[in-house]
Amino acid sequence: MGKKGIETLVGLFVLMGMLGLVFLALKAANLASFGGGDTYTLTAKFDNIGGLKPRAPVRSAGVNVGRVASITLDARTYQGVVRLEIDKGVQFPKDSQARILTAGLLGDQYIGLEPGADEKTLVAGDTITQTQSAVVLESLISQFLFNKAADAGGEAGAKK
Amino acid sequence: MNFVALLGARALAVLNSFGHAAFFFLDLLRAIPPAMRRFGLVVVQIHAIGNRSLIIILSSGLAVGFVLALQMYYALVTYGAAESLGLIVNLALVRELGPVVTGLLFAGRAGTSLTAEIGLMKAGEQIAAMEMMAIDPKARVLAPRFVAGMVSMPILAILFSAIGILGAYVVAVLLIGVDAGNFWSIMQSKVDVWRDVGNGIVKSMVFGVICSFVALYQGYETDATPEGVAYATTRTVVISSLAILGMDFILTALMFSTP
Amino acid sequence: MPSENAPASGDALIEIDHVTFGYDASRTILNDISLRFQRGKVTSILGSSGCGKTTLLRLIGGVHAANSGTVTFDGERIDSRDRELMFRLRRRMGVLFQFGALFTDLSVFDNVAFPLREQTDLKESMIRDIVLMKLNAVGLRGAAKLRISEVSGGMARRIALARAIALDPELIMYDEPFAGLDLVSMGVAARLIRTLNDVTGSTSLVISHDVPECMAISDHVVLLANGGRIVAQGTPDELMSSTDPEVRQFVRGEPDGPVKFHYPAPTIAEDFGLGAGGTA
Repeated sequence: MGKKGIETLVGLFVLMGMLGLVFLALKAANLASFGGGDTYTLTAKFDNIGGLKPRAPVRSAGVNVGRVASITLDARTYQGVVRLEIDKGVQFPKDSQARILTAGLLGDQYIGLEPGADEKTLVAGDTITQTQSAVVLESLISQFLFNKAADAGGEAGAKK
Repeated sequence: MNFVALLGARALAVLNSFGHAAFFFLDLLRAIPPAMRRFGLVVVQIHAIGNRSLIIILSSGLAVGFVLALQMYYALVTYGAAESLGLIVNLALVRELGPVVTGLLFAGRAGTSLTAEIGLMKAGEQIAAMEMMAIDPKARVLAPRFVAGMVSMPILAILFSAIGILGAYVVAVLLIGVDAGNFWSIMQSKVDVWRDVGNGIVKSMVFGVICSFVALYQGYETDATPEGVAYATTRTVVISSLAILGMDFILTALMFSTP
Repeated sequence: MPSENAPASGDALIEIDHVTFGYDASRTILNDISLRFQRGKVTSILGSSGCGKTTLLRLIGGVHAANSGTVTFDGERIDSRDRELMFRLRRRMGVLFQFGALFTDLSVFDNVAFPLREQTDLKESMIRDIVLMKLNAVGLRGAAKLRISEVSGGMARRIALARAIALDPELIMYDEPFAGLDLVSMGVAARLIRTLNDVTGSTSLVISHDVPECMAISDHVVLLANGGRIVAQGTPDELMSSTDPEVRQFVRGEPDGPVKFHYPAPTIAEDFGLGAGGTA
C-alpha cells in the first residue's frame, strides 16, 4: 500500500482514539455536567463539615450549580472554610443559606444553597453568612437519648 | 566454582544486564528527537503497530464488556443495585481492565512482532550495515517504533474501554433489561474524568513505554540465530506482562488509594 | 588482471599497527598484526574460515576497538567510542556485507538510495539519477522497482555493491563477496570489483577464501592463519610461486599439510577399542 494510504489509515486510527476519548469523557463521565467553565468563588464557614469532600456538588433546589473547590481550617476561629465555585449564570441573594446535606440515606454529602429574600446578591469573593453544619450521627444519637431521658424524667416528675 | 561464587556471579550478571538495559533506554530517549524529525517513519510504524492491533483490541474489548455486564449484573442484583451496573462496568474498564488487558494483548501482538523484526534485522546484518553507513540504527529503526508504541497504546486502551462500555450497554439494557437512563446517568454522575479516565490513560502510557522498550531491547540484544529470536520473543511477552502487572499495582496504589 | 593504468600512490590509506584483538579473554582472534593497505590498490586478505578476516574489517570500520595497537584511516586514528569521528570517517567507507545485508522492508531502488537520502540533502530527482547510475554500473538498472524478496543471491550481492558505492567512498570493503555464487556470478563480481577500483581510484579491500578470483584481481595479497598471524603477503605471483608449505597448502587447496585434516583426537586404537586393553 502506498505512503498516502498508510498516512490516511493512521490518521483514521488517531481520530478513532480521539472520538473514543470524547465518548468516555462526555457520555461516560461527568465532564458534561461541568458547565460552561465560567464560575465565581464564594466562601462559607461551617462548624462541622462532616463528610464533605472537595469536588462535591453544590446544588440549589436539587439542581447542580457548582462545585466545592477546597476545604481548609481557619486557624483562628476553628471553623471549616469551604470555597465554592458557582456558575456565573446563577446569582444568590446575600442572605442565602448554605447547608451540608446528604444525597440519599447513606450517600455522599453535598452543599445545598437555599436562596434568601435580600434584594442584593452575592458577588465573587463574598462570604455566605448563614450556614448550617453537617449532621453528625453521634450528636443525633446522644440528643435522642437525652430527650428520651428528659421525657422519662418529666413523666416521673409529673406522676409525683 | 562453589555455590556462593556461582550465586555472586549470577547476581552480578543480573545487575550488569539491568545497567545495560538502562543505558539502552537512555540511548533510545536520546534518539527520539531525530526520529521525530522524520515523522514519516513514525507514521509507518504507528500503522504497523497500532492499526494492525485494532481488530484484536476491539474484539477483546467487546467480549470483555459483554462478560463484565453479565457477571456484574448477577453480583449486583442480589443487593438491588442493578441500576449501578453501568457505573461498575465503566470503572472496571477505564481504571483497570482497559489499560491492563490492552497492555497484555499489545505485548503479545505488537511486542513479539517488534522483537522478531529487530532480531531478524540484526541477524541479517542490517543493523551493522546501517552503522557502517554512519547512520545511527537507534534513531532510524528503533526510536520510530518506540514512539509509535507510546502513541498507539493509549489510543488502543481508550478504544478498548469505549467499546467495552458499549458492549456492556448492549447486554445490560438490550438483553437483560436494565434501565437505559439509569445505566448512563449513574455512570455519568460518579465517574470522574480526571481521576478515572485520566489516570487510566496515564497508566496506558506507562504500559506503552514499558512494552515498546522491552520488545525493542529483547530484539536488539538477541542472538543472531533462529533459536535466539524465538527465545527473545518469548521473553518479550513474559517480561512485558510481569512488568505491566507489577506497575499496575504500584500505579493503582498511587492513583486510587485516597478517596 | 591488475590494470596497468591503476593510479600510482605509494602511501597507505589504512595502517594496522601491532593490533591484538579478541572478543573475549579466552580467544585471541588477531595477534600482533601489522599491515598497510595502499591507496588505489586492490588488496585481498585470504585465509581459512575463522582466522580473523572479518574481524579485521570490523576493526577498520570501528565497530570494535582493538585490545592493543592502533588502526589508522588516512592518518586519523580509529576510535570506536568517538561518535563524531566515526561518523565522519564512515562516510568515506563503503562496505559490502556477506549476503548483502539489504534492508528487507525497502525496494531495490530505496536500498541504493538509502545512504543518499540519509547522508545528503540532494533533491529526489538527483538521487534518482545517481541511484540509476549506480545500478547501471552493476548491471541492474532494470531491477530498480523489485522488492528485496524477489531478487536472487547474486543480484542481492550486486545491489548491495551499488548501495556501498552510492556515496563514492574512498575505501570499499568486501566481506566474502564470492561466497555462495555460481561461476558466472563470481566472474561478474570479480570484474566489478576490479573495474570499480580502477575507474574511481578508490582503495579496495577484499576478504575472501576464494583463491583464483582474488589472485586474478588483486594488486597485493595477505594470507592470514588461524590464531591471527600473517603467514605471507605479496603480489599474487609471489604467493602462487611460494615454497612455504603453509602458503602452498592454501593456494593449491591441498587437504592436508601444515593445517591438518584431522581434528585432534585420540588414536584409532583407543577410540575403537582395538589392541591391548580394548574389548572388541
